[in-house]
Amino acid sequence: MSIKLLLDKAHVPGIRGFEVYRREGGYRSVEKALKMQPADIVEEVKKSGLRGRGGAGFPTGMKWSFIAKPEGVPRHLVCNADESEPGTFKDRYLMEFIPHLLIEGMIVSSFALGSNTSYIYIRGEYDWVSDILEEAIAEARKNGFLGKNIQGSGFDCEMYVHRGAGAYICGEETALIESLEGKRGNPRIKPPFPAIQGVWARPTVVNNVETLAAVVPILNMGGEEYAKIGVGKSTGTKLISACGNINKPGIYEIDMTISVEEFIFSDEYCGGIPNGKRLKACIPGGSSVPILPANLLLTTAKGEKRLMNYESLSDGGFATGTMMGSGGFIVLDEDQCVVKHTYTLARFYRHESCGQCSPCREGTGWMEKILKSIEEGKGKMSDIDLLWDIQRRIEGNTICPLGDAAAWPVAAAIRHFRDEFEWHVNNPELSQKENYGLRHYADELHVPVTA
Amino acid sequence: MAEEVKAAPPATFKVTIDNITIDVKPGTSILNAARQIGGDVTPPAMCYYSKLEGSGGKCRTCLVEVAAGSTADPRPMPKLVASCRTNVMDGMIVKNMTSEKVPDARAGVVEFLLLNHPLDCPICDQAGECHLQDLGYDHGKAGTRYQFSRRTFAREDIGPYIQLHMTRCILCYRCTYVADQITDKRVHGIVDRGDHAAISTYISKAIDNDFSGNMIDVCPVGALTDKTFRFKNRVWFTKPVDAHRNCENPKCCGKATLWLRGDEVFRVTARKDEWGEVQSYDGKVGWICNTCRFDKKETKDWTIEGVTNISRHSVIGANKYKVLDVPGETVSKVMGGRAPKLLMDIHNVSGVNNPDIDLSDLQRPAHSGDFKKDPEPGLESKN
Repeated sequence: MSIKLLLDKAHVPGIRGFEVYRREGGYRSVEKALKMQPADIVEEVKKSGLRGRGGAGFPTGMKWSFIAKPEGVPRHLVCNADESEPGTFKDRYLMEFIPHLLIEGMIVSSFALGSNTSYIYIRGEYDWVSDILEEAIAEARKNGFLGKNIQGSGFDCEMYVHRGAGAYICGEETALIESLEGKRGNPRIKPPFPAIQGVWARPTVVNNVETLAAVVPILNMGGEEYAKIGVGKSTGTKLISACGNINKPGIYEIDMTISVEEFIFSDEYCGGIPNGKRLKACIPGGSSVPILPANLLLTTAKGEKRLMNYESLSDGGFATGTMMGSGGFIVLDEDQCVVKHTYTLARFYRHESCGQCSPCREGTGWMEKILKSIEEGKGKMSDIDLLWDIQRRIEGNTICPLGDAAAWPVAAAIRHFRDEFEWHVNNPELSQKENYGLRHYADELHVPVTA
Repeated sequence: MAEEVKAAPPATFKVTIDNITIDVKPGTSILNAARQIGGDVTPPAMCYYSKLEGSGGKCRTCLVEVAAGSTADPRPMPKLVASCRTNVMDGMIVKNMTSEKVPDARAGVVEFLLLNHPLDCPICDQAGECHLQDLGYDHGKAGTRYQFSRRTFAREDIGPYIQLHMTRCILCYRCTYVADQITDKRVHGIVDRGDHAAISTYISKAIDNDFSGNMIDVCPVGALTDKTFRFKNRVWFTKPVDAHRNCENPKCCGKATLWLRGDEVFRVTARKDEWGEVQSYDGKVGWICNTCRFDKKETKDWTIEGVTNISRHSVIGANKYKVLDVPGETVSKVMGGRAPKLLMDIHNVSGVNNPDIDLSDLQRPAHSGDFKKDPEPGLESKN
């Protein structure tokens, strides 16, 4: 059994309400934090080695220490609950089952950052979740954990839930800030970074739901204890939302020491692939991260077992590795068509591109059209190289990471499954009737030579 | 960080762009530093407009490579950066045309910008002064690899004077900044997103304020065109002259460029500088009001100052100005003083392109009749 820090109490009956949550030891971290100096809390989070759980994996303590502290200017903490990465649904689960954990983490973080007004920006589709959060905030206020002079410490904090209108781009922190201000959700050009000029040009920290929730166990057990869980720079526990062709889809809290193979096939986690099918590929961190074929997923190019943590998943760079991302674990079995899958993702990114900068606006639509024609058996061999060229020209040339996020899945699909694309082009009629399946990846685990 | 002991910042920053070093004021963007050098060193800019606050960063044509961040931190920047929105640091080394990555990335951006552009230059009023045309010639590739249908929109009238041709738009957002910062009330913005995003007036609400016409001037392509000039003439047939009038509107500078053909004023625009931006006078941007732009179409309304200075590379300057120093014949010089042996002088047998006829003298496009020994009767009076 692995250690559970976030979800250990998630199934206690009534934990959604304040009474039960408090009885189970909730809000201890607030009481502890209010007796500490804000800088010491930041130090504690730094010691814990906590990395941002939204996808980029940036060390949270370091992010907090970047916030500017000009005299007389209010600072803000914004919780990014705009969880829209396909395959990712961990934050929803956390907010739905144990909302007070997020509120508690946010109070501690607000105190550490000096934010007297904090916001939860939640995606519009989670309308029932925002009701749950509103209720939790009202309960916390009634019990003196929010509002003026929290627990007699002299610290004031108000918290508001802001519902988005359902745009993926608003999960990007500067687009989120624009949207929160009531404007069109276009990402801002950086610098200035939100830590200097965020919401209403005030210093702002934007953190993921899971990151803020993880502050609670860090405060309760101490940063150094927290850092002992996990391996290397992947400390603590991570929520993984597993979906796709697995027997037990759902949310799993892992301590980042287990292997990918164990995660997919053990009964404790995903429970293997249904109907006796074989594993074809997997996207381990939400739709934006590169897809990996089974052989590279289970073992790295060096021949080591691949583990479920930041370093091991990204071992080998993009040539033979992928990323931890947001933890949206999508498993594809042998019946899945990688071309169709890549087309679906391209369609998503085309639909969600904000249209501000030209490579992403035009490139995502172009890639979608080419992938559609290949999928429908109308593609040409030159289209595959063209796709590669388009994604190469989008990546790194855009304002925000959505361009990269649109380019990576296409690049990885061509890199690892080029034969399947070529088969689609060469067999236009057959490809409409049957799947390429596992022609190369089934039995032999062929490891390509790294560059 | 507050604890750090800060050395007094130097009064000027040294920045090297394509091996040319220049001193600029702190807070200058790379693009503006490059404009101070001028020439090929300057990256193209489709969305950045120095007179509009917040513009830039969107089109990605001005991407440059930063080979060294500053003297203090000489590491190169990992990605290409948008030069219009990146400020120079002391000792920064920038590569524009000397970079290996930039021309490729820029050609990619040009291809992206042209994907959904209709390329209807032959019927577009902007042709000849279109930044996208210049960009395509300077940085683009000859063909496109796009083989799908382009996005299209219906033409839309925004107000009595401006027509929006959304199909041609490259979504630079400049016009929305004009609406935001120059006109009294913002009535148009961007609706929808991605490649189907569109400039809109929120259900065709007409723009009826005094400075809306400046949107036409800032539009880098033919998406916003002057309805009073629509299909009237090609810009390279008209002759630009600088003129001014005492405009009643206190916010209007009254300084404009008239585009003449003969004595007829075909259109009025604000005066533009070498980067295609509206000029400033004493630090104030020379926007003009709609009365000057759309209603004063008589030469008697204006005091004409003189011919507008047009770059000799521009098609607008073609065939309009006489060459004062005719270049000498070099053939005999090359041949060591010997005269070339002519088998036949083509001009003796052909009436086409007679060198004795100076096309600069014509007030209109050249016509085959102009080269005939006896000009066709009535041709001169046609114009």
